[in-house]
Amino acid sequence: MVNKIWSTFIIIGIVFTLLTGQVQLINKIILESAKASFELTMQIFPVIALWLGIMNIASVSGLLKKISIIISPYLGKLFPGIPRGHEALSLIASNIVINMFGLGNAATPFGLKAMKSLQELNDKKDTASNSMVTFLIINTSGVTIIPTTVISMRMMYGSAHPTEIVLACIIATLISSVCGIIIDYLIRKKEGKRG
Amino acid sequence: MVNFISELMIPLLVLFIVIYAIIKKINVYDAFVEGSTESFQMILTIFPCILAMIFAINIFLESGLLTGVLELIRPVLSMLKVPVEIIPMALMRPISGNATLAILNNLLSDFGPDSLIGRIGSVIQGSTETTFYVLTLYFGSVGIKKIRHAMWTGLTVDLIGIISSIIIVLLFFGP
Repeated sequence: MVNKIWSTFIIIGIVFTLLTGQVQLINKIILESAKASFELTMQIFPVIALWLGIMNIASVSGLLKKISIIISPYLGKLFPGIPRGHEALSLIASNIVINMFGLGNAATPFGLKAMKSLQELNDKKDTASNSMVTFLIINTSGVTIIPTTVISMRMMYGSAHPTEIVLACIIATLISSVCGIIIDYLIRKKEGKRG
Repeated sequence: MVNFISELMIPLLVLFIVIYAIIKKINVYDAFVEGSTESFQMILTIFPCILAMIFAINIFLESGLLTGVLELIRPVLSMLKVPVEIIPMALMRPISGNATLAILNNLLSDFGPDSLIGRIGSVIQGSTETTFYVLTLYFGSVGIKKIRHAMWTGLTVDLIGIISSIIIVLLFFGP
């Protein structure tokens, strides 16, 4: 799937630019992509280093495990593949909660660590497990309570009520998350019980 | 107020984690350094995936194909009373976080944050995620090649999120 999308993007993009005669533009883009990705990686690197450190404190002290046991009866229903009290569950929960508060940057390391933890439970290492897919569908549906970026942008442009859109955001993200979970559940049921 | 709660979140979380570890008699410094060391390996795995994604997405976006498609569907959208100006942002949303923010920035400065278009843009931004980025980063970090139905479900969910955003804003603030 990724393979197909990736090649489609490149082929369509290059052919279309050549057809519309923008040869110089496409040269520039191809060369600049490497620099742009390096900059992006370097932006998230320190954040990941910092949070992996803090997270490890929580892991060594047994806090993550404790939280997992507490939330297992609730969140565990969405992730039947994760054993009760497994660290993965509290990492997923932390990622979702921090995302809800609009702190996407701080949430990412928890998400990556959750994926690592899920990969340990995964028996087919090159294929996504059910739990991984469910987790990422929830994540990409953008669960939010406080959309910090938008609020600050609205303030910057002098909105009379920068936060008036918060309720609308919560409802929209709630609808899409619930739909995502239902679609995922139906597909899983159709595929039969795997992983 | 809401921003204040958000700002408190991180300091309180760090404080709680450290105090809990001290009560459990853990060497917090050693644990921190040990955990942080893992980040190098993680970044090395992630970089090629991010590079591959940005490379393909930039070529696709800059080719101007999306703008062409937009011109084609413009008549249909104006019939449905959807402000056409919002569509580039909607199309871009799952693909590129930076491009979406740039478009939203323009919408807010051109139409104002309290206009219908400004509000729809704000809600779309606040209620959706950059699906391509999340999937590439998260699956890439653990070397998953077959992502099963994650991609198209993610994109469907984005579409549902964007349509809900437009409908909800029209209901809440519509004329």
